[in-house]
Amino acid sequence: MPNMSYTKALNRALGEEMGSDPLVLVLGEDINLALNNVTTGLLDLFGPERVLETPLSEQGFTGFATGAALAGMRPVVEYQIPFLTLLVLEQIYNQANRYSLITGGQARVPVTYLLPATGWRPGWGAQHSDQPYGIFAHTGVKTVLPATPSDAYGLFLSAIRDDDPVVLLAPLPALGLRENVVYAELAPIPLGVGRVHRVGDDVTVVATGHLVHDALAVAEQLTDEVSVEVFDPRTIYPFDWAGLAASLEKTGRLVVFDDTTRFCGLGAEILATAVEQMRLVAPPRRVTRPDSAVVIGCERALDLAVQPSREQLASAIETVAKS
Amino acid sequence: MVAEPPRPDPVALYRTMRLIRRFEERAVELARSGEIGSGVHACIGQEAVAAGVCAALRPDDIILSNHRGHGHLLAKGSEPGRLMAELTGRVTGVSRGRSGSFHPADFGAGVYGASGTVGHGAAIATGIAFALARQGGDRVAVSFFGDGAVNQGAMLESLNLASLWRVPAVFVCENNLYATTLPVRTAVAGSIVARAQAFDIPSSTVDGMDPDAVYDAAAAAVARARAGDGPTFLELLTYRFEGHHTFEYRTQPQYRDQEEIDRWRDRDPVPRQAERIPAQARGLVDEEVEALVEEAVRFALDSPRPDPVDVLDYLYANRIPLRAGVADA
Repeated sequence: MPNMSYTKALNRALGEEMGSDPLVLVLGEDINLALNNVTTGLLDLFGPERVLETPLSEQGFTGFATGAALAGMRPVVEYQIPFLTLLVLEQIYNQANRYSLITGGQARVPVTYLLPATGWRPGWGAQHSDQPYGIFAHTGVKTVLPATPSDAYGLFLSAIRDDDPVVLLAPLPALGLRENVVYAELAPIPLGVGRVHRVGDDVTVVATGHLVHDALAVAEQLTDEVSVEVFDPRTIYPFDWAGLAASLEKTGRLVVFDDTTRFCGLGAEILATAVEQMRLVAPPRRVTRPDSAVVIGCERALDLAVQPSREQLASAIETVAKS
Repeated sequence: MVAEPPRPDPVALYRTMRLIRRFEERAVELARSGEIGSGVHACIGQEAVAAGVCAALRPDDIILSNHRGHGHLLAKGSEPGRLMAELTGRVTGVSRGRSGSFHPADFGAGVYGASGTVGHGAAIATGIAFALARQGGDRVAVSFFGDGAVNQGAMLESLNLASLWRVPAVFVCENNLYATTLPVRTAVAGSIVARAQAFDIPSSTVDGMDPDAVYDAAAAAVARARAGDGPTFLELLTYRFEGHHTFEYRTQPQYRDQEEIDRWRDRDPVPRQAERIPAQARGLVDEEVEALVEEAVRFALDSPRPDPVDVLDYLYANRIPLRAGVADA
C-alpha cells in the first residue's frame, strides 16, 4: 500500500486536476523549482503556459488570477509565506470574493489560494509564522484546513472545482505526515463537511489542522478517565454546524483546540454558537493562541509558550468532564 | 475570426457621446433628488474617451471599468434603461441592483466589472487578457482607470506582468488632472507614460477631448494586441466638468479655479463632434437620444426594488448555508 505524504497529496491532486481539466493553471513564486514541493514535476508535464512562475508581485498576480477566473480558467495561486495572503486581502476578499455579489450573480471566480506551510515555522521569525484562517473565515471566504494527507488530497480537488474563491491552508507541522492509501480510493471531499476522527461519549474536542493529531494523542492518554470524541471540521468556513451539533447531542460537553488568536478567533465563534444553539450540560472551554497573533519564531521556548499544547488540552478536557 | 468594426461614422460617435452626456446629466439630477442614493461619479466632459475606445472594440472584447464608469458601459453597448435601473437600485439593473453606480458589470455587453479600489482593475484585466489569448482567437481586454491609479503598486505590478507575458491588453489612463481633489502635478513624479515605457510597453499621450484621435490611438493598440504583440498604454488628456462625485454639490470643495474649468469647457467634446456632422443628423440624434434617456429613466423608476429577503443571494456562485445575524429561537 502506498505511503503518501501530505505534501505529495497536494502535488498529486494538483497534477491530476491539471491533467483532467485544461482550464486549471498554477501560478506563484519559485514554483518551477517547486520550493514547497507542491508543484514538483508539473512544469515538465504542463509547460510554462500552465505553470506560471511569477515575479514578487503578489497584488498583481492575485488580481491576475481573478481576471483569468472571470474569463473561464481555474487558477491555483501558491503563496510561499502565509502573511502574503494578508498583503492581498484586497484582491481576495474585496475583489474576488465579492465579485459574485456585486455583479448580481453574473460572475464566477474559481480561484484556489494555496498556503503550503502555515503556522509555526521554527526559526523563521515572527513575520513568517502566521496561521490566518480566522481572517478568511471572518470575511466569508471559503476556507479549508486539511489535517491528513487524504483530506488534503480530497479537499484540494474540491477547492479547485468550486466556483468560488477558496483558501486552502496546509499547516506546516502536518506537512510531513504520511498515510497508507489506495490511490484508486482517493476521492474529492466536499467543502463544509467535518470528520469524526475518534468516537467518544463524554467530551467533544473540536480540533483544527495539525492539532487534530495532538487531540487524538491526548484522547488516548486520557482514555481511562474520559471518553473523548475528536471532531475535525476540515472546512473552517462554511463550518459544519450540523456535524458539531450531532456530536454535542451525544456528549453535551465541548472543548475547542484551535491554533488561532483568542480574541474574535474561531474558538470564540464555536463556543458562542454551541452556547446559543446546541446541547451543552457544562460550560465549554477553548485552548488557543493568546490574544494577538504572537509567534516569535526564532526561539523554541518562546514559540511553544504561545501555542496551544497537549497539556493545556488535557487540563481543559478534565475540567469540562468534571463540571 | 470576428470582423473588425469599421471606422466609426462621425454621426455614430456623436450619438454615443450625446447619449453618455444626457444620461449623465439625468443621473446627476436623480442623484441630487435622492433617487440615486449613492450619488454618482459623473463622466461629463470625458465622453470622447469611452466613445473613441469602445468604437475600436468588438462586442466580444472585454472591458474593466471603474467608479466613473457609466460612459464605458453605454459605449460598450449596455442598455441605458438597465444601467439607469442599476444606478437607482432596481432588480432590473445590469447587476440586479447589487452594484449601484459604483461597480456596474454587464457581462453580456463584455463589461466584466468596475473596481472600486483605484488601479486594481488593471490586474484583473491583465488576467482576463491572458485567459482570452490562451483560449485562442484574438479578443482583447481593456482596462480603464484614472490618473490617480498610476501611483498604485498593483497597477505597476500589472504593467510588469502584462509586458512580461505579452497579454492582449490595452491600458487606458483617463488623465482628468485630479485624483479626487489631488492635482496630478503634485501626485505624479516623472510622467504617466514613462511608467509604462519602463516596462517596455508602447505608450502615447493623446487628446482625450477628440473622439477621432482617441479612436485612432485605440484602434492601433487593439490591432497590436490582436496580432499578439502585447499590451499598449494610452494616456488620454481629458477633464471632468462635474465634481469628483455629486457630494461636491453639498461640500463645495475648492480645488479647481473657474478659469481652468472654462478653458476645458471650451473644448467640450460633444459640441466639438456635433460640428463635424450635418445639422440635420445632429437634430435627429438629439431627438432620438432624448427619447432614449427619458425611456431609460422611466424604465428605471418604474422597476421594482430588490426584496431585502433576498439580500444574501449571489454571495456565492456555489451556495453555502448562511446564518442570519440573529440566532434561531
